[in-house]
Amino acid sequence: MTGAGAGADHALGAAHSAHTATGAYVLHALPPPERALFEEHMALCEACAVEVRELAETAARLGTAVAARPAPGLKTEVLRRIETVRQEPPSVDGGRAADAGGGAPRVRRRRGAAVRGAGRWSLAACLAAAAGLGGVAVWQQQEAEDARSAAREAERSSAEVTAVLAAPDAKAASGRLSGDATGTVVVSRERDRAVFVAAGLPELPEGRVYQLWFADEGDGAGGGGGEEMRPAGLLDGDGGAVLMDGRVADASGMGVTVEPTGGSARPTTKPIAAMKLPA
Amino acid sequence: MRSTDVAGVPASPEPGESTAEELLSRVARGDREAFSDVYDALSGPVLGLVRSVVRDPAQSEEVMQDVMVEVWRTAARFRPERGSARSWVLTLAHRRAVDRVRSAQAAAEREQKAALLARTPAFDEVSEQVEGRLERVQVRRCLRMLTELQREAVTLAYYRGLTYREVAGLLSLPLGTVKTRLRDGLIRLRDCLGVGT
Repeated sequence: MTGAGAGADHALGAAHSAHTATGAYVLHALPPPERALFEEHMALCEACAVEVRELAETAARLGTAVAARPAPGLKTEVLRRIETVRQEPPSVDGGRAADAGGGAPRVRRRRGAAVRGAGRWSLAACLAAAAGLGGVAVWQQQEAEDARSAAREAERSSAEVTAVLAAPDAKAASGRLSGDATGTVVVSRERDRAVFVAAGLPELPEGRVYQLWFADEGDGAGGGGGEEMRPAGLLDGDGGAVLMDGRVADASGMGVTVEPTGGSARPTTKPIAAMKLPA
Repeated sequence: MRSTDVAGVPASPEPGESTAEELLSRVARGDREAFSDVYDALSGPVLGLVRSVVRDPAQSEEVMQDVMVEVWRTAARFRPERGSARSWVLTLAHRRAVDRVRSAQAAAEREQKAALLARTPAFDEVSEQVEGRLERVQVRRCLRMLTELQREAVTLAYYRGLTYREVAGLLSLPLGTVKTRLRDGLIRLRDCLGVGT
């Protein structure tokens, strides 16, 4: 991302107030927008994440202290119900429910919407790695697979980025870029905006820059059908969430190309990534 | 990794906390027997917690059942390195209970402040489970270590499912103060209860 120094300063300024929200976060006492902001902060603040885990364990003790005895019939019903409930496969949705936030993630990865960079590891492999490496590798892997986590890697997201990520209708699609890089696009059709998050993009030589594009269904305006690429802003360096320039409108896909500094009006190189946008 | 005895045969006959993580990973692989054990271990705490927030007994049972089905459905999301199975399940339960109360609030009239205050202190339920009773002794002792504001803020948020803004309104405190009390109250509880990671 651009301006790492400025971003860090900004994060530092917000750190104090954001950090005090750990308790309210764990107790689900933050309204949704503040919750989203805190989650962004937490991604950059390992101390916060640790504290959240500890306080969530503490809250669980409070819960256990009021344990009740469920009527036996309830279990029979539950066991009957799970017979008709399909289990989520591992690695979809990235497991954000495992954080103290719990509940349904607001950004859901749309299954099959794009080639998933995720899903390469089976649960068994994850558990094996966790046992062997103390969980560090799994943690990183899960982070990489999680659209929202990746989004939170941004030094600082604008209010609009947060709004898109927190939008009730936000949907994400992920894909593989070149090499080990992954890209995730989060779209809120309601807000008509999209956020792009890249992880692991290689640094470009001097004079080159990554450029984002919306792909509009060709309707004859550009002649001859096919997809029209509409410039959607530049992406500097590695990682971070950026708001794509312009409205999503009727775009059906997005792409990333390498362009001369300053960007181009039309793609001048073959896209290093092209993804369908979630509907 | 929670403890070294996870890999072996469960040390105790009853499903204890030390094995809940292993059970959940089996649940993620579709193991119904493991799910049954998870249910036995955690449905009591889940129901008690949900009931303290939701209050209505029939609704609470319904939410508890939904939570347990959710545990079955999303067990693959559980990451042992990010916390215990109990914490994961109870976090889910609290979130569900809070969602239930808040959507009901939005739909109907906001509850009267007076009515809410009348139900304070929140930590007055009698636990029906032995485990709960043991935990209750400790939790009660540790809650006493908190300042009155810390205790009120934490119990209103956790056991009643209020947002910190609602807590601030109820206690006539600035928002920032409530946020801080929720945090330092929980930290004091953590230290008193000896919670580690």
